[in-house]
Amino acid sequence: MTSVLYDAPGPRARRRSLIISIVGVIAIVGGLVALVMGLAAPRVLPNGAESPGLLDGSRWDIFLDVQIWRLIGEGLLATLRMAGVAAVFAIIVGILFSFGRSANSRWIRLPSTVLLEFFRGMPVLLMILFILLVLGVEPFWAGTSALAIYNGAIIGEALRAGIQALPAGQRESGLALGLTRLRTRFIIEFPQAFRQMLPIIIAQLVVLLKDTALAYIVGYPELLRTTTTYIANYVGNRYMFSLFFVALAIYLVMNLILSWVARFVARRSGPKLGKTGPETPTVLDGPDGVKAAAESSWGSGHPN
Amino acid sequence: MDAIVQFLPEFGEAFLVTLSLLAFAGLGALVIGAVIAAMRISPVASFRAFATAYTELFRNIPLTLTLFFCASVLPYLQFNPGYYPLALIGLTAYTSPFVAEALRSGINGVAVGQAEAARSIGLPFGQVLTLVVMPQAFRMVIPPLINVFIALTKNTSVAGAFFVVEIFAVARTAANERGDAVIPILLAAAVLYLVITIPLGFTAGRIEKKLAVLR
Repeated sequence: MTSVLYDAPGPRARRRSLIISIVGVIAIVGGLVALVMGLAAPRVLPNGAESPGLLDGSRWDIFLDVQIWRLIGEGLLATLRMAGVAAVFAIIVGILFSFGRSANSRWIRLPSTVLLEFFRGMPVLLMILFILLVLGVEPFWAGTSALAIYNGAIIGEALRAGIQALPAGQRESGLALGLTRLRTRFIIEFPQAFRQMLPIIIAQLVVLLKDTALAYIVGYPELLRTTTTYIANYVGNRYMFSLFFVALAIYLVMNLILSWVARFVARRSGPKLGKTGPETPTVLDGPDGVKAAAESSWGSGHPN
Repeated sequence: MDAIVQFLPEFGEAFLVTLSLLAFAGLGALVIGAVIAAMRISPVASFRAFATAYTELFRNIPLTLTLFFCASVLPYLQFNPGYYPLALIGLTAYTSPFVAEALRSGINGVAVGQAEAARSIGLPFGQVLTLVVMPQAFRMVIPPLINVFIALTKNTSVAGAFFVVEIFAVARTAANERGDAVIPILLAAAVLYLVITIPLGFTAGRIEKKLAVLR
């Protein structure tokens, strides 16, 4: 791979790069092997008894049991249910916010701006606690509504930016046809803004899916709580590590797939960033640079 | 109102704990993120692969799981320096890939001609990066970096659920103790977070506007 940052390597640079590469691989693999050996080594507990290493078969045999997988599946389903319901409401809340923020009347615009800043600046966890304690709803709805409001605020800003980025003629032609402002918004502006902002919205839904794990803290039986608390209590604490590991793997697979979808959509329909001329992408670090730039300046760059 | 006064000392200390979490985890994430970003654009293939894997993995693990790992699994593996350092490790690990991505997007934003000019006068990769590209990139990434730190501020609340006594933890215990004053207590906690996040966001906006004029 070549890059503007360095010349195409000559024989010496290639050799040096190869040597550093090999040393690097040895160091990284060595570190991983040390970690795995450390995990696998049996340990002597303070009371003198010996506990088997974390990779010992006796810590993983529960996964042969279909019952355990059924329970894990229930936890996964609970996570997906929360993410799905919250996603639908987040988009609705987002549309409402984009209306409020671009309203003509100042009496609508200002309060919705203040509200939006409030929701964006507050931790989701605090919002979940607030809804849980003040409205007294069950943890599922506390988590779902907090996630919907928080992510809705961000989606709303994205939609507003999308509408603002449209050429003014789009709106004007709708009005000239005699459509009301509301119909212009729904028939002409929203469809285009949605399409433009789809990568951001999907990236935000990845954040939403990740954040459902916060519901663990308020006792909603989602994937993390099901595995590390309910199942671990049932089968014994020595399976805690293995159960956590499986939950982690499931989260990773889900999020990586969704992130991949977001990237795919961004490549196909997203705003073309960094294009200065035909076929001269300003990429400093390889072919995925533009995409990465687009991505990190948008939704998935926000670790929240 | 009396409930807030009653818990004022606790809230004061918790605010400082949140600030220190933000400062230390932010600094740690900045250092690790810069290293990862440099590895990701380096000519050495194994570094690039490692940095990519690191970013993809840590970005896609929910923060709750990262902190759960630090607060429960690490002590279980007989590594237990206390909940505060463990939370710092978790928050740093979680935030660093986002810092790395922000830095990388800044490097991508530097005009290609800059790097080409630096190379054409014979500078090697290290100097192209540290003398020409990085200083320009850093200026551009200040707003996105501030956004990362805003997110980090909000994320410190999750540490409160794992036995670190910061704003969220104090709000939760206070609300449990004074069931009659839940709303003012939680609003006070929200205000404490907003005191950090809103000025940060405002600064990011100002810097962004300033740079937009310059470019």
